[in-house]
Amino acid sequence: MDTMRADYYILQDGILKRKENTVYFENKGERRVLPINKIYSIYAYGKLSFSSGVVSYLSKNGIPIHFFNYYGFYEGSMYPRETLISGDLVIQQAAQYLDDDKRMQLAGKFIEGACGNILKNLKYYSRSREDIQKNIDSYISSIESEILRLPDAHSIAGMMNVEGRIRNIYYSALDEIFPEEYRIVTRTRRPPGNKMNTLISFGNSLMYTTVLSEIYNTQLNPTISYLHEPFERRFSLALDVSEIFKPIIIDRIILKLVNKNMLDDNCFRGEIGDMLLSDKGKKIFLKEYNDKLGTTIKHKGLKRNVSYKRLIRLELYKLSKHVLGDEVYKPLVMWW
Amino acid sequence: MTNNNPTTPNTTKAPKDEYSTTDHPLSPTMKITGVKINYYHICHTKLWLFSHNITLEHEHENVNIGKVLHEERYSKNKKDVTIDNTISIDFVKQRNGIIELHEVKKTKKMEDAHLRQMLYYLYYLKRRGIDAQGVMNYPLLNQTKEVILTSDAEKNIEEDIRGIERIVTGRMPHPKRIRICQKCAYSEFCFCGDGD
Repeated sequence: MDTMRADYYILQDGILKRKENTVYFENKGERRVLPINKIYSIYAYGKLSFSSGVVSYLSKNGIPIHFFNYYGFYEGSMYPRETLISGDLVIQQAAQYLDDDKRMQLAGKFIEGACGNILKNLKYYSRSREDIQKNIDSYISSIESEILRLPDAHSIAGMMNVEGRIRNIYYSALDEIFPEEYRIVTRTRRPPGNKMNTLISFGNSLMYTTVLSEIYNTQLNPTISYLHEPFERRFSLALDVSEIFKPIIIDRIILKLVNKNMLDDNCFRGEIGDMLLSDKGKKIFLKEYNDKLGTTIKHKGLKRNVSYKRLIRLELYKLSKHVLGDEVYKPLVMWW
Repeated sequence: MTNNNPTTPNTTKAPKDEYSTTDHPLSPTMKITGVKINYYHICHTKLWLFSHNITLEHEHENVNIGKVLHEERYSKNKKDVTIDNTISIDFVKQRNGIIELHEVKKTKKMEDAHLRQMLYYLYYLKRRGIDAQGVMNYPLLNQTKEVILTSDAEKNIEEDIRGIERIVTGRMPHPKRIRICQKCAYSEFCFCGDGD
């Protein structure tokens, strides 16, 4: 198991250097050592300069670097050369996409999983917040009735519509839970229009890259996806799988940050309509994120504790087994 | 991945088809490596996944220990003699005019599978007209064990080869829980479902 390797988050501008078998991050203020055997992925939020030497070295060791721009938006990844390739698996993965029924079946599973986890989040608040319980419960039942319409969708676009409606109901429900200054109202992207949209955008792009790193460590091809179109983004399978984990990881982090008053005005910068996380805000979010990925939970199939991060890998294994015809994919819905 | 051993210079030069059509009692449709023989005697799911390039060993601690052991011990001997890209022997020695194949293993827990693997190497070389003996090395236990290819063993190997071909060309065998799953790099792949 990959317990020894960690994710490195670099928030500042600086230079990535290779000296012998060690990677260093350097700038005026600091010099951080990143031992090659201990790096799993690098998340670069600052302006990062690096030599080709360090890139080829990281690539050789199978370490991706994910780049985010000044605003915290995902820009791209240095995705190392694939070393884990199974022709059989890729053919089966593509076959599932090309067969409409099989594709719809898998696409539906991602929506089912995402909704299952969305409902878990809402049910938690329905139990703990008596003052708004009634309202939340009515959102829960609308989501539940929307899910029932999923089998009637005869196209991916139709499924996407169901998913979109569920997400809107979910956001309205969250608006009941969040204090006024954190209301979503409507989901806006690039730039996010208010604090909550900022947090969601930041978290979702983080989730996408983490899933991508996990896919890199399996034989699955990251470009063949089911719910999202393979041409939507370069690595669209990461979008599909992220759907399952966004409510489990990102939404829960946001709920915690807001409900525990962990954020203040210094965590944000910019105006309404162009609201961004400041370095302080990013730091707080990334710490929660890293802690969350490391949180463990008893896994029923493996009969031992696994981290949230490992759950992503297990989800990819489940997907591999589905395309190989061993076991029908059943999306992860929080059992805790 | 070349044959560095001066005592068996002919092995890499023999044309492959000559070997498979005239000498071999079977007509293998796939490459049977030593690892496949080993996995066949451990777990059919693992054999299938490995043979379909779904490899998971790269992240597993035990595999890394084995790798280091392999690299550190016996460094003065000729190492990793690979023949036809098919069998890969840890190192080869010549003693009293007899060719000795050596395999280094960490423990005896999978002894049967390891012995089968060695017997397969001996069998493979015999088909190429090379008689050899095997020696299993257990440096951590301070033990060695000699392995000799008997005619019964040869028959077993041929059955193994047929068995492997049957499994690998079929559907992925559904994982079954056995004692050694706990230590296997594939266990997360096999039991990733949440168990209900």
